[in-house]
Amino acid sequence: MSENEAPDDPRGRGGVPGVLKGLATTARTALRPSHTAEYPDVAPTLPPRSRGVIALLEENCTSCMLCARECPDWCIYIDSHKETVPATTEGGRDRQRNVLDRFAIDFSLCMYCGICIEVCPFDALFWSPQFEYAETDIRDLLHEKDRLGGWMASVPPPPALDEKAAEPGEVAAVNRPARGAGARAAGAAARPPRTVRPRVVRGEEGT
Amino acid sequence: MTLLEASLRAVAALAAFLVLPLLVGQAEHKVMAHMQGRLGPMYAGGFHGWAQLVADGVKFLQKEDITPRAADRWVFRLAPAVALVPYLVALALVPVHPGLAAVDVPGSVVLVLAATSVGALGTLMAGWSSANKYSLIGGLRAAAQLVSYELPIVLAVASVALAGGSLSLLGLADAWSPWWLLWQLPGGLVFLVAAVAELQRPPFDMPIADAELVMGAWTEYTGLRFAFFLLAEYAGIVVMSLLFAVLWLGGWHGPFEDALGWLWTAVKGFGVALVVIWVRVAWPRLREDQLQRLAWLWLVPLALLQLVLTGAGVVMGW
Repeated sequence: MSENEAPDDPRGRGGVPGVLKGLATTARTALRPSHTAEYPDVAPTLPPRSRGVIALLEENCTSCMLCARECPDWCIYIDSHKETVPATTEGGRDRQRNVLDRFAIDFSLCMYCGICIEVCPFDALFWSPQFEYAETDIRDLLHEKDRLGGWMASVPPPPALDEKAAEPGEVAAVNRPARGAGARAAGAAARPPRTVRPRVVRGEEGT
Repeated sequence: MTLLEASLRAVAALAAFLVLPLLVGQAEHKVMAHMQGRLGPMYAGGFHGWAQLVADGVKFLQKEDITPRAADRWVFRLAPAVALVPYLVALALVPVHPGLAAVDVPGSVVLVLAATSVGALGTLMAGWSSANKYSLIGGLRAAAQLVSYELPIVLAVASVALAGGSLSLLGLADAWSPWWLLWQLPGGLVFLVAAVAELQRPPFDMPIADAELVMGAWTEYTGLRFAFFLLAEYAGIVVMSLLFAVLWLGGWHGPFEDALGWLWTAVKGFGVALVVIWVRVAWPRLREDQLQRLAWLWLVPLALLQLVLTGAGVVMGW
């Protein structure tokens, strides 16, 4: 104790011996709220854009395989088949569309890099902050399509844009006046949509 | 004293001996946790982990009781009892209420000092009989520490005995006056430091020094015997804190002491125990040579000085 106060001792500078400083520090810490997170009892406050689990919005997926091919550890499995959509107009051509059979992410391999979400051109994959999906069997970490879709409920709305940020591209495109609107005036409003969303014809192979 | 009264007092002392160390231990869990920015035990028992030490006790009960083959069996098995029982004796002697101690003997000051020094003998026995080099070094360190710090304790207590003109704890507590807070302050500080060292508590835990000696003299112990050593440590804190409260802080003296004397003793003793815990959290362990320097170059001279001061005070009639 007192032998610590030798003249060449850097400790205890500023008139307060180090031992008293130690007591003061611990007393001050004791009077402050503790840092312990009581996790299972109290839900943690996660930062925005937390990477918990990857959710799939199945309707947006076109089975393009971009995510599966970009995945660094190949943990995304996609199976799909083509279906023929009959022509909507008389004499038109039948079209084909991809139907998703299987979409699975193996979270025992996933390294949460988020590349699949970045590359998806159709906004079918999202980060969800939900992280409580530990399993006792590693094989149960392979989340199939329905389970991945279930995570969509926990995907938070995207954070608000900064105050002076540019308008998002989708909004800008909608708000932009149609090309040549000034020349054609009011008649342009009745213009039919350029593309028609094909509808899936079901029940062909079932019966 | 009838047989009934004697057995009642014995049971009360035993109950205090079994409950108070757990209280101090739980307080240490929680206070230390909060001083380190943690919460400490939160689950056992439901409310803020109040039953943590009970759960620990149950766990210790379930552990296998191992005696090393090379150990000196009888000494090894006896050591926890030697460490534990003296503190029961000491606790029974501490006065808690005006005119009330579980056991009131003349010269209880001497007896209590003798009992507390026997406690450290248990550590020595454990270290010697374990057939383990860490245990042996721990035991020898404990012996060295005991030799160094017994003297300041005795001198400091002698000063109070001189001031109160009695060798009975009850008599001393009776004779206490607030003036002693200043007059006996150096001796009180010496006692507090030496008591922490005697209990081998941080910052004076060189005999245990888990970074150097695994667990010192306790290394080879398991289960209930290990728990007895832990219980002895906390019983020692209780005894030393109560002694300090009685001798230097006036024990039961306080408002409404006729009715609430026991409460005052308990509150003061608990406050001292909190200081012992606080010191453990705040300070790092001393080196073995620093320990000896502190005892012989600071505590002993200071205690002697206090003795001179007390003598002068008694002669001049302060």
